[in-house]
Amino acid sequence: MNNTDIVRQSLKRRYRKERRFRAYGMIAVATGFLFLGFLLTDIVTKALPAFSLTELRLDIPMDRESLGLAEDAEISEDTLRALPYSQIIKKSLRSLFPDIRKRKQKKLLYKLISSGAEFDLRDRLVAHPEWIDGPPQSLWLTADDDVDTWYKLDTQVSRIKPLQAELIQALETQDRIRTAFNTHFFTRSDSREPEMAGIRGALAGSFWTLLVTFVITLPIGVAAALYLEEFAPQNRLTDFIEVNINNLAAVPSIVFGLLGLAIFINFFGMPRSAPLVGGLVLTLMTLPTIIISARAAIKSIPPSIKEAAYGLGASKMQVVFHHVLPLSMPGILTGSIIGMAQALGETAPLLMIGMVAFIVEIPEGVLDSATVLPVQIYLWSDSPERAFSALTAATILVLLGFLATMNALAIFLRKHFERRW
Amino acid sequence: MNAQPQALDPAQETVGTPFIDDPKISTRHVDVWYGDKQAIFDASLDVGNNEVVALIGPSGCGKSTWLRCLNRMNDTIDICRVEGELKLDGEDIYDRAMDPVLLRARVGMVFQKPNPFPKSIYDNVAYGPRLHGLARNRADMDEIVETSLRRAGLWDEVKDRLDAPGTGLSGGQQQRLCIARTIAVGPEVILMDEPASALDPIATAIIEELIDELRENYSIVIVTHSMQQAARVSQRTAYFHMGRIIEVGDTKQIFTNPRHQLTENYITGKFG
Ligand SMILES: Nc1ncnc2c1ncn2[C@@H]1O[C@H](COP(=O)(O)OP(=O)(O)OP(=O)(O)O)[C@@H](O)[C@H]1O
Ligand SMILES: [Mg+2]
Repeated sequence: MNNTDIVRQSLKRRYRKERRFRAYGMIAVATGFLFLGFLLTDIVTKALPAFSLTELRLDIPMDRESLGLAEDAEISEDTLRALPYSQIIKKSLRSLFPDIRKRKQKKLLYKLISSGAEFDLRDRLVAHPEWIDGPPQSLWLTADDDVDTWYKLDTQVSRIKPLQAELIQALETQDRIRTAFNTHFFTRSDSREPEMAGIRGALAGSFWTLLVTFVITLPIGVAAALYLEEFAPQNRLTDFIEVNINNLAAVPSIVFGLLGLAIFINFFGMPRSAPLVGGLVLTLMTLPTIIISARAAIKSIPPSIKEAAYGLGASKMQVVFHHVLPLSMPGILTGSIIGMAQALGETAPLLMIGMVAFIVEIPEGVLDSATVLPVQIYLWSDSPERAFSALTAATILVLLGFLATMNALAIFLRKHFERRW
Repeated sequence: MNAQPQALDPAQETVGTPFIDDPKISTRHVDVWYGDKQAIFDASLDVGNNEVVALIGPSGCGKSTWLRCLNRMNDTIDICRVEGELKLDGEDIYDRAMDPVLLRARVGMVFQKPNPFPKSIYDNVAYGPRLHGLARNRADMDEIVETSLRRAGLWDEVKDRLDAPGTGLSGGQQQRLCIARTIAVGPEVILMDEPASALDPIATAIIEELIDELRENYSIVIVTHSMQQAARVSQRTAYFHMGRIIEVGDTKQIFTNPRHQLTENYITGKFG
């Protein structure tokens, strides 16, 4: 047996090993995708119902008497806001079913419409004051979430009484019930009524929180990274700092929450539940990530570029601000976006500083009480109504959408600005 | 191959003619350390006006280190320490009063690997003049850019695409761009560390021709591994060996009639 034969034999074995290894790898990847697929299918199927709402068409009379408006009252926003909309809606419901007389039955009838529908009606009337004194308007108003669930998904749900089922069928024959796109989900804040609840408030909260985080982290992170890479002497102290930045990146986020609670709220007396505090806490959390990625970006700049600038008589500051910083900016931004994406998905530290409250108002600044998307998910996932679980899934979908967009942007930046020297 | 480095006599003087009258740059007893490791031992060498001095010697013998002392590029290396007397036009290069930024404007440098900035060709050349405020207006700057590119022999090739990135040029063009960038600042001395080592013979020939032309206005110190190149472009040649300058002399004499055994060994290819 000569050498060639020996090699040939071992080759066979080596190739077999390679094939096996590749198979393992493929299995691993496939498993990952399978789980991801399950997760996404589950979320999407659960979320879909949240994007439509059942509505009932009611004829609202527009004469002053029916609206409870005095003959001589002038029509202004204030007067329109103060009308007894709940009564108006009930009356209109009764007029659809004149046979229903008993108090109990009436109650069931009223329950078909969402208790938030009066606000919808009010907003529409305020927007259309010219309707007053005109002919009755036929308006689509949001149905109660039980009706919604029953009509859209599942007629077995027990919360709809037989009488109500009959009424709904009657409405259907009159073309007075439909499902439409759920605009509330995107335009309204949290609510006790699932059909009136939306993520606008949480979105705004996330926006303000991340804005604070970004505005504070980017300059501090970049300055720290530049100092450590370009200016700091290489000694024990910088080594110590480096190790601790890496340690900081590994600290569980809830610890930052407790720290934020102790420092920003208890010591500095900043408001609870405010995006300002949330942003500061997330800053503590994202800073190490951004410093680390910024340092990597700065390090990757070839020394020859810096030498060229020094050789022409550039000072250290000029080298840093003419060359190092601009060239490392794409990398720094990529790192920041990934850090921001992490911050966007962070829940635990924000629970600690009270951003978990039930907040109906849409926050308009960094000092207003607010909640954020992941906390909204946490809040709704706890609610018993079936419609809330759809909202939870839909919010998860929105959050995942944002995360995916941010990561895609980071990848795009990296690919687009990647340089080869 | 008798590559065994011979033990050098510490008191050994440089053989030949390291000193000249009216030098542009003069160095005496220069020692350089990287941390605890000494890289240059007691080096003394003058560079005259309008002359090209070639530095040759085996790898790691300290040519780049000595070259980088002349414009204090070693300052950017934390652990590097330079001692001895280095003078440019009689002014102490390492004196406190000497501003390294000004020094580097007077003593320009071209590196081994072409290293244009990832900017346009125009901005590459204009960068130095902008740093030092050498142009009063756009027309001035245009003029500086054009003359620099012309002198580097690159103008005709790039005049139609001054906005194209400098990194998109060929290796030889990039190196000429770097030379143009260096002369745009109007230095008195140009240091070149193996400027043609990454180039093909044609590009090398262009650069060598260029060096010969530049000599009219500048003093040039060039490190090279090609003895033919040293012979072609330089007037004087210094042979470095393990951190010491062994022999300095007229280029012709060094290559035809070296006086030191080590120089002869190197030139005849016995080691290096
Ligand atoms: N930044 C540095 N840190 C530590 N030691 C260095 C550094 N730069 C150079 N040296 C050492 O100094 C000595 C001289 O190096 P230098 O680069 O000057 O040699 P050279 O003659 O230019 O070699 P080559 O022809 O390979 O470029 C070498 O032993 C090298 O290891
Ligand atoms: Mg070298």
